Amino acid sequence: MEKHQFQYTAGAPAAGRAVVGVVGSGDLEVLLEPAPAGLTTVRITTSVDGYGKVWQAQLDRVFKGTTVGPGGPAVALEINDFGATPGVVGMRIAQVFGALGADAGAVS
Amino acid sequence: MTSAAALLARDSFVELDARGRIRALFDGGRFRELIDPFERVTSPWLLRQGVVTQSDDGVVVAKGEIEGQPAVILAIEGAFQGGSLGEVGGAKIAGALELAVQDNERGIPTRALILFETGGVRLQEANLGLAAIAEIHSAIVDLRRHQPVIGIVAGTVGCFGGMSIAAGLCSYLVVTREARLGLNGPQVIEQEAGIAEYDSRDRPFIWSFTGGEQRARTGLVDAFVGDDCQALRDAVIALLVRGRPEVERSDAYDHYLDRLSRYDPVRQVTPEIVRQVYERGEGT
Repeated sequence: MEKHQFQYTAGAPAAGRAVVGVVGSGDLEVLLEPAPAGLTTVRITTSVDGYGKVWQAQLDRVFKGTTVGPGGPAVALEINDFGATPGVVGMRIAQVFGALGADAGAVS
Repeated sequence: MTSAAALLARDSFVELDARGRIRALFDGGRFRELIDPFERVTSPWLLRQGVVTQSDDGVVVAKGEIEGQPAVILAIEGAFQGGSLGEVGGAKIAGALELAVQDNERGIPTRALILFETGGVRLQEANLGLAAIAEIHSAIVDLRRHQPVIGIVAGTVGCFGGMSIAAGLCSYLVVTREARLGLNGPQVIEQEAGIAEYDSRDRPFIWSFTGGEQRARTGLVDAFVGDDCQALRDAVIALLVRGRPEVERSDAYDHYLDRLSRYDPVRQVTPEIVRQVYERGEGT
């Protein structure tokens, strides 16, 4: 088990919070909460050791690229990972930002 | 029945995660969580053993309404650690059931649904998990004096171990074809009895004894429904309308002991013999 932490430039605080995913084989859980304007933090706990650079590369793609980008909402993301591939990680992060806009049901 | 069109038209319940299943059962998909993931009440034991935790410990407690009446749904997330019950998840279920009892004592007719998707106790939490499951058992027995307690085993994990006893204590059980219900899981039986006796990789064989259809045909469950959200919700509503059973299944042990006493274990058991034993008390 390993922990990682990353930071990215962000815009205004997120409007709400959301949770998606499960800590199940090949999957991950993502919790999104608002953070103070300007800075997004990502805290990761993963069952797989030695993939820090892969996490960095995939998160750079999300927060420096077009998925969320530097103008996106400022959030504190908590990721609990159970061996998800980078593709699944990207989809779950996109999903949790999508859930922000939708009615998240329970987690209001 | 299983034409491509029918498969495409249905809204699978089995494929949903715990929150999705809760949303499918409550009126309008509306609910409120108790001890939600953002409270981060996670297992204090898994991290110490190098296991990644889930923010809700694999149990979602949700309050809402079914047909306009108050209900609480306790959903176990089968994908997290096999749906195993530890100290936190177990306490969430037991505590929510105890709150439902309090509601009823104050004249609020809260009913409880438990979505079983579990291999039973979480081995990493040992006695604390077992203690929590015992509390769940007594809370179910307490609550069913007021309201029917409905268990749903949808699959694909099924319901085993101490939580299968919890399922047996429920007033009513709803299953799908994907469900399995048994005290010992297939791998445990194989380990104890030998692969010649019980091959845990032989899926048709496993389901022929512990699958939802067999459990329905032996009268050990009350509703056997297709894997469809509306069908599950309709089955739950029908059972809630029925109210408390005249005799709880777990109180009818004399009946079941009588049936089982007529089975001669010298003869190798088959699914057909099991059905005969339960249906007619035959099979020797």
